Amino acid sequence: MARTIFEKSRAGRRGYRFSGEPAPAPSGIPDSYLRKQAAGLPEVSEPEVMRHYVALSTLNHHVDKDLYPLGSCTMKYNPKLNEDVAAIKGFAGLHPEQRDDDTQGALEVIHLLEEKLCAITGMDRFTLSAAAGAHGELLGMLLAKKYFVDRKQNRRKVLVPDSAHGTNPASAHLVGFQNQALPSGENGEVDLDVLNRNLDDETAVFMLTVPNTLGIFESRIGEIIELVHAKGALCYLDGANLNALLGWARPGDMGFDIIHVNLHKTFSTPHGGGGPGSGPVGVKEALAPLLPEPRVRRENGRYVLAADGAESVGAIHSFYGNFGIYLRALSYIIRHGGDGLRRISAAANLNANYVAHALDGLYPIPHGKRCMHEFVASGEPFKKYGVRTLDIAKRLMDFGFHAPTVYFPLIVPEALMIEPTETESKETLDRFIDAMRQIAKEAAENPELLQTAPHNTPVRRLDEVTANRKPILTAPLEDSTG
Amino acid sequence: MSFENMRFSKEHEWVQFEEGSNLVTTGITDYASGELGDIVYIEFPEVGQELKSMEPMGTIEAVKTVADIYAPLSGVVREVNTVLNDDPGIVNQSPYGEGWFVKIEMSDRSELDGLMEKHEYDRMVGKG
Repeated sequence: MARTIFEKSRAGRRGYRFSGEPAPAPSGIPDSYLRKQAAGLPEVSEPEVMRHYVALSTLNHHVDKDLYPLGSCTMKYNPKLNEDVAAIKGFAGLHPEQRDDDTQGALEVIHLLEEKLCAITGMDRFTLSAAAGAHGELLGMLLAKKYFVDRKQNRRKVLVPDSAHGTNPASAHLVGFQNQALPSGENGEVDLDVLNRNLDDETAVFMLTVPNTLGIFESRIGEIIELVHAKGALCYLDGANLNALLGWARPGDMGFDIIHVNLHKTFSTPHGGGGPGSGPVGVKEALAPLLPEPRVRRENGRYVLAADGAESVGAIHSFYGNFGIYLRALSYIIRHGGDGLRRISAAANLNANYVAHALDGLYPIPHGKRCMHEFVASGEPFKKYGVRTLDIAKRLMDFGFHAPTVYFPLIVPEALMIEPTETESKETLDRFIDAMRQIAKEAAENPELLQTAPHNTPVRRLDEVTANRKPILTAPLEDSTG
Repeated sequence: MSFENMRFSKEHEWVQFEEGSNLVTTGITDYASGELGDIVYIEFPEVGQELKSMEPMGTIEAVKTVADIYAPLSGVVREVNTVLNDDPGIVNQSPYGEGWFVKIEMSDRSELDGLMEKHEYDRMVGKG
């Protein structure tokens, strides 16, 4: 294993040396807060630092290295132009406590991104505050709860299809709602009879992902939303799969009341070891007064950051969320424009269908190979060789690919959830398909090769059982100053 | 082993009963523990808690997933197998023996008739 940078530390080693004495501590800081000894930072030269982190970056799998087909996560390539925009000095050097007069450009970025997200999704108002998809869900549930409390309606139930992301029921539970899972129909879509039977005067929200986690568009979405609204409940869209819809269909037009989107999925900001995330929440006009604060408003030709709404659910993040991420997402949206975003979704859906059709037969796709941006295959046929989906996933790493999402959604046994995204070329998809075919062959001929995989990675198969049963969450740091 | 005094739910729980007693022992089936894989944590109901048949009474966490445990029968929890807190892997090794979950005092003995016998359960999971 690679050594930590602390283990590489040698006393007195430096990147740069400065002449003269170290500057004294600024005056006015109470003595109790002043450090009495060195901070214990690693002492290393510049080339050592550079090599250390470059070496670490080669040990891990990331989207700059190769395909990352992790279903429902939209691990698309993060354009480096985004980084250039986020590094513009006037933005990167801002302090959140600066006055509105000093930060008009930044406030305009926030305001413009909110407008763009409204235009893309058909919602009336957006807040960018939530720092992740699940944080957006939590906010969405808080909004729904307050919406009904303000209207003196006692609605405690949230309906969630059994194909939903696990975060959906978790978010509803955190806010104090009671979850009810709805079994999906044979075709993987919402079963309208089941929905109808479970909807009642106590139902607050129906949470839905479109396309759903099987990569299938809910063909009866209009009727679904009508049914829910007829009972006075709200419809929530988990926008994790928005990458399938850009420029083709808008959740707001479908009738959704609250949605979240993931800038780190659909809008190409860093994800998976990168980040931070951002899960903006959009609402229809009736819920707009409840949105968290602060909000950016345009008044008399200038932007202000305001917190004065009596009906707001309050703050859910310090300042106004993860601003650096907004710059990256806005850069991506403006660069592609409406037509470009539409082509992005078309290509994402085409790529997923290409892979699904190539793998169908070897890896059954129980809900049909016609999909949108992702599909769910099954590793079931390989069980007879003693090979499980986990083994297939581990073996894929030997071919230089990240594994798909496995064992989710729960309604497909031995699930392999594959989302190639639009940023992959046909050549890359073909390499992936070849690897999957090779693995299917190996499963029959040499199952042990899969059961003991991975073989070519920096670490071999991890002991996930012990890691879960007896996790070691701390490690002593050697004192590097000695 | 004999499965004569055992009944099975479609959610993969088993119930072991004795004539003349309303106290039953429950757990999850060999098939379920095999499908879940290595079990790492079990969240039990409280002793004294009232259960309603086919409603969640706890959760079972494996390396790859988390699943609800459903009450196979209505009744009151009388005992919980706390040994599993320290070593949940016992469920994988001995799902019908030392890996039992909870003992329930049934409130309605006729609910047993709604559960499956072993051969019916085996047919459901494709093993019969």
